[in-house]
Amino acid sequence: MHGSVVIAGIGHTAFGHHPDRSTYSLNIEAVRNALNDTGVDKSEVDGLFVKFPTSRFEFMYGQKLAELLGIQPRIGGVWDQGGAANISLISFAAMAIDAGQCEIAVVCFADNPKSGTRHVYQKAWGHDEVYGWFGVPPGYAMIARRHMGQYGTTADQLGAIAVACRKHGARNPNAQLRKEITLDDYRQSKMIVAPLRRDDCCLVSDGGAAVVLMSAKRAKQMQVSAPVPILGYGQGQTSWEVAQRPDLTATAAAISAKTAFAMAGIAPKDIDVAQIYDCFTITALMTIEDYGFCRKGEGGRFVEDGRIEIGGDLPMNTSGGLLSETGMPGLQLVIEGVRQMRGAAAVQVPNARSCIVSNQGGIMHTHSTLILGQ
Amino acid sequence: MTGEILVPDRSGVNEHYWLALDARHLVFQECLSCDKPRLPPRTECPHCLSDAWEWRRASGAAKLISWVVYQTAFHPAFADRLPYTVAVVELIEGPRLISNIVEVDDPETLMIDQDLELVIQHERGTAITRFRPFVRGSSNTHNGVVN
Ligand SMILES: [Zn+2]
Repeated sequence: MHGSVVIAGIGHTAFGHHPDRSTYSLNIEAVRNALNDTGVDKSEVDGLFVKFPTSRFEFMYGQKLAELLGIQPRIGGVWDQGGAANISLISFAAMAIDAGQCEIAVVCFADNPKSGTRHVYQKAWGHDEVYGWFGVPPGYAMIARRHMGQYGTTADQLGAIAVACRKHGARNPNAQLRKEITLDDYRQSKMIVAPLRRDDCCLVSDGGAAVVLMSAKRAKQMQVSAPVPILGYGQGQTSWEVAQRPDLTATAAAISAKTAFAMAGIAPKDIDVAQIYDCFTITALMTIEDYGFCRKGEGGRFVEDGRIEIGGDLPMNTSGGLLSETGMPGLQLVIEGVRQMRGAAAVQVPNARSCIVSNQGGIMHTHSTLILGQ
Repeated sequence: MTGEILVPDRSGVNEHYWLALDARHLVFQECLSCDKPRLPPRTECPHCLSDAWEWRRASGAAKLISWVVYQTAFHPAFADRLPYTVAVVELIEGPRLISNIVEVDDPETLMIDQDLELVIQHERGTAITRFRPFVRGSSNTHNGVVN
């Protein structure tokens, strides 16, 4: 299994604002670019794995997209895990290839919450409308506050993550937000729902992204120019809503990473560069802990002093992450991981030979991990 | 208040919870098979899947698991309440629930795991569960319930 499947091609749209485009159109552009990058014709695609647009559920979205792409895949459809779904779909596609269920798989996602509806992100959680318990950022703020109380994590430590992602995003010509900030800018940023400020929250973005998977053997036969092997993957989930979760600061990232590291046969110390899902700064901080880059509760100290910036011990979100490149849920992080392994990133980590990528969804309900190599 | 008026879902398994609150009692479910307490109301126990339960009265004593302070309204009905505090509260009997913390001048001075006490408040005909910091000796509660 280890390294038997590769990411053979990547593609995406511009990130930001696409007022006149459907999510189908954004998906098709991303898939077209990924197929061109791979050097494969769409007629050879026999697996299509789709994360449906988060902001608007639609029945049989995957079949409609296949029709519009003019392909008749043997296997595929839509998977719902919120933001963890993209890496989960990559792992399911890899399993399908290993099991002979398909040979060339496309995993894709597109959404347009910036120009379309954002309603889904503003709904009440559970039965708690009467208390004013609405929105996604407050769920993460609830977890952040507990982490601060339990471990002494500070606002400035959350800010260090925002500063690093914005610094990297400013050097990425594709990033939606190319403006560096200082820690002081972060401190002045508008409080949205304490303890989270605007600069703790990811962007809202329209856009699409796609990757093409095939066996390493097939990639060699087809002379794919820059295949990147998948070394490991894993998933983890908690079904408890925030209010019911027995431990607010323990996440499914831990079991997800444990599974992925075991499959890859490597450990956190072997990772050269990380793309960590940063829908909110606290998400990235807790993922770093649960992935084993430091002990639980020490994530705040770990991210200080530029350790997660280019040149630091664990350069993270080298294309800007959700905080700066695009708020799309996660596939862009995989694409940046592929670029780092190809040695072709806008902000390249010298001699990077392994990359870990995280995706997560809901309010830390779902988690998926991908480890890429060379 | 602007926007729609929000009313809780009082149907099915939720009905007794709200009727009890109207009578100024916070109640929770206790599984008759495995004895585990639970909220929010559910028809089956998520621990043992039994559909047999009884309602129990909560004492009103609780602790603060975490809290947030809304500086932005995510729903128009709450725009004129800003800033307001939403918390995860754990009843001494075990169940956790979403609630509001009231009677606090500066919510940044709250602390995780601090003791709370129940305050039942009425809004537009609905009794709503809220909590305030517990201060030993200064409580004017009766069975943890204050109007
Ligand atoms: Zn039970």
